Amino acid sequence: MSLLNLNDLYKTVILEHAQAPHHYGLQPDLPATTLNNPTCGDVLTVQLVVTANQITTLQFSSTGCTISQASASVMTDVLLGKSVSEAQALIAAFSKLVMGTPIAKHDRDQLGDAAVLGSVAQFPTRIRCATLAWHAAAQALTEVTTDDQ
Amino acid sequence: MTRTDYRRTFPILTTKVNGEPLIYLDNAATTQKPQAVIEAISHYYAYDNANVHRGVYTLAARATNQYEAVRDQVAAFIQAPRRDTVFFTRSTTESLNWVAQTYGEQTIQAGDEIVVTALEHHSNLVPWQQLALRKRAQLKVIQLRPNGELDLAAAAEQITAKTKIVAVAQTSNVLGVTTPIRELAQLAHQRGAVIVVDGAQTVAHQPVNVQELDVDFYAFSGHKLYGPTGVGVLYGKLALLQQLTPVQFGGEMISNVTFERTEFAPIPQRFEAGTPDISGVIGLGAALKTIQQLGWPAIQRQENQLTAQLLNGLLNLPGVTVYGPESVAKHGPVVAFNVNGVHPHDIATGLDLAGIEVRAGHHCAQPLMQTLGVAATVRASVAFYNTTAEIDRFLVVLREVKEFFQQ
Repeated sequence: MSLLNLNDLYKTVILEHAQAPHHYGLQPDLPATTLNNPTCGDVLTVQLVVTANQITTLQFSSTGCTISQASASVMTDVLLGKSVSEAQALIAAFSKLVMGTPIAKHDRDQLGDAAVLGSVAQFPTRIRCATLAWHAAAQALTEVTTDDQ
Repeated sequence: MTRTDYRRTFPILTTKVNGEPLIYLDNAATTQKPQAVIEAISHYYAYDNANVHRGVYTLAARATNQYEAVRDQVAAFIQAPRRDTVFFTRSTTESLNWVAQTYGEQTIQAGDEIVVTALEHHSNLVPWQQLALRKRAQLKVIQLRPNGELDLAAAAEQITAKTKIVAVAQTSNVLGVTTPIRELAQLAHQRGAVIVVDGAQTVAHQPVNVQELDVDFYAFSGHKLYGPTGVGVLYGKLALLQQLTPVQFGGEMISNVTFERTEFAPIPQRFEAGTPDISGVIGLGAALKTIQQLGWPAIQRQENQLTAQLLNGLLNLPGVTVYGPESVAKHGPVVAFNVNGVHPHDIATGLDLAGIEVRAGHHCAQPLMQTLGVAATVRASVAFYNTTAEIDRFLVVLREVKEFFQQ
């Protein structure tokens, strides 16, 4: 086997995020959204706070593989500071990206490090690992938005 | 034919995955199929296809004879006392659910106990848990020793006079340990309970004698013993099967029907409503013939050697945790492990890129994962057609993958 093949999926930036994830850890006093991946038993929790239509807090905690950890970490970097609608658009763009659907250059630029995870599209069994955190954030956004009303 | 010759009759084992020769080490999930099985199925559809137990014409008789001949083969395979104590289902899961929905439904009352073990696959846990919830019965769990072996003393404590059903896997699909079925059957019978055995992980690896084990029900799947998917088997003791009312009704399972009432067919047809998976059953017959021709000594010699190589190789790798017993003598051909600090999915993807197929996840045994204190494990499981060269390669690549993630 060549380690080159492994590098197709596990690019350096992904390994770095997984080893030292950003915005990792939860606060006991914030509402939390937990999703699990029933095929592997992984569990991921996000906490998301929206203030004046802007994501001001986004953090997570999880037991999961390199892909799910790295994806959650880059997601917090990408979505923090975004408006609710911007965040929803980026979550949709990320979903397309990892499914192998081309996305607009503007979205790709906005996704930053997260765009590297586009390589997951070549590993269909791992797509759910990459999308878990983003699904959790999408769900948290609907809960937050509902709470505001 | 030698064991190596038999390996050559599995077409898939000569193919490549991700540009590398396939090394298939997920035999606990399903085994590969020999040409004999593939041909038996295609021959049936090409030349013998007709519905069973119905037509008076030649073709229907031919299909029925072939289908019923496999029942004889299955009965002989597990040493069932009579051919009519064996019937075909869709899977081990369906067989176990069937016992829960017939015997369980007709026997269990509020306050009764159903006893399972901590190593059960979801298919031999959830049907009993749901039955217990429906009936307000109590589900009790026999815990394991730290090395994953079943503790008979703990079993003797859990199985009481209130226990009506003991449901247990003969071989764990995660830890590879084998449970003492004969002793558990004795315990169950002393307390007036029946024992239901999940033999899915056992039947491809050792001879089974349901009479000697004295089990009341025994379930297994054809696809884990080189046969096609879609066919399961349930054996039950004659007296138990005869007292049970079917849960599925329709064609094939009746002897006389009026608008007012129905007389059911005798067993086993009573429990095989509708057109069965005829080609699948015929395929299973070809698989059993392959096992018989190769013989248990050749199968067990190879699998024991591979298991020893796998287990010792993993135990000697620093930074690897192996779950279950460390002694090969106590091990079926399944080994669960983790590489410290690396998620099982990442290990499985790394191995997959080298053409090595292993399982990563909870293996449909989430409560066992909780007992082990992990979310998931990697699992490698061998069959007689695997080779020592394949296990060597697996260990080399595993070391490379481990180094990649720990760099």
